[in-house]
Amino acid sequence: MAKVFERPKSLIDIPMHYCPGCTHGIVHRLVAEAMDELNIREKTIGVAPVGCAVFAYDYFNCDMQEAAHGRAPAVAAGIKRVHPDNVVFTYQGDGDLASIGAAEIVHAANRGEKITTVFINNAIYGMTGGQMAPTTLLDQVTATSPYGRKPETEGYPIRVSEMLATLEGAAYIERVSVHDIKHIVRAKKAIRKAFEYQLEGRGFTLVEVLSTCPTNWGMTPAESLKWLQDNMIPYYPLGVKKEAK
Amino acid sequence: MAKATFDENRCKGCELCVSVCPKKIVVMAEDRINEKGYHPATVEDMDKCIGCAFCAMMCPDVVIEVEK
Ligand SMILES: Cc1ncc(C[n+]2csc(CCOP(=O)(O)OP(=O)(O)O)c2C)c(N)n1
Ligand code: SF4
Ligand code: SF4
Repeated sequence: MAKVFERPKSLIDIPMHYCPGCTHGIVHRLVAEAMDELNIREKTIGVAPVGCAVFAYDYFNCDMQEAAHGRAPAVAAGIKRVHPDNVVFTYQGDGDLASIGAAEIVHAANRGEKITTVFINNAIYGMTGGQMAPTTLLDQVTATSPYGRKPETEGYPIRVSEMLATLEGAAYIERVSVHDIKHIVRAKKAIRKAFEYQLEGRGFTLVEVLSTCPTNWGMTPAESLKWLQDNMIPYYPLGVKKEAK
Repeated sequence: MAKATFDENRCKGCELCVSVCPKKIVVMAEDRINEKGYHPATVEDMDKCIGCAFCAMMCPDVVIEVEK
């Protein structure tokens, strides 16, 4: 018998700290599989966020750098400019990227920094106990929107991919999901494509991954995947938002 | 012939593998708990495994290896 599935070499063989059923683990594996497939592990540098993925530097089997909250795109841009032949990526949650780090991601994309961002949209702040994020859906109950998010006071959920796709410097932007096998396969392809665009020096690349936070959503892991499919995908349509020719 | 191998002590009992197996052969082992304190996922009826690796692709903790 031959192995048809095993741990990618780019993911270190230690347990991850994520909650049971949290899709951060799936996305870590997909990023690592993409690194393996493109054989870029030895020249990849990742930048970890503040948020549940803060320990990503312990998991990816490539060089890693931790950034201050939201500042990963600025750190990654600096690394990439000094090491243009390396592949540089950031891995960021929606609190990190779309709240405190909103300025950094917009300007990194606008400058066309040749980095790749893996953006985890789980519609909440996971690490700090389930506060509202800029991506929290309307009427979604969180620790800081106990009656549900209201547009009059909290504004509308930000569609980050569509917003960044308006910027000239963005070369490739796609929104994917990991709620079932079919979408997991597509998500990996998108991450791989973003790395390929970077290898070709085309500009800023970002893959937004719709993800779950079973712990702070207060659901089982399986219920969370269903909730993502039923509630997030209608507001956050999947697909390519920008593809520079 | 196919085989799914579970690194039981890494399992966090999330049951996502159970939900995607097309053969419905992945179950939670009710007779034991692992180092983390969960009933780990396992396959008892391995003869029915088709080696699709859906369970492994869905597992957030890379607990499962699949051979075919
Ligand atoms: C400067 C600063 N402000 C606030 C915090 C508190 N804080 C830690 S993680 C986080 C948000 C995490 O949410 P997200 O980026 O969505 O990641 P997740 O945990 O959901 O993966 C916040 C506000 C901090 N660590 N540093
Ligand atoms: S708090 Fe949420 S995002 Fe963080 S590890 Fe747990 S389930 Fe995942
Ligand atoms: S490889 Fe496929 S058939 Fe075998 S246990 Fe896993 S999901 Fe079920």
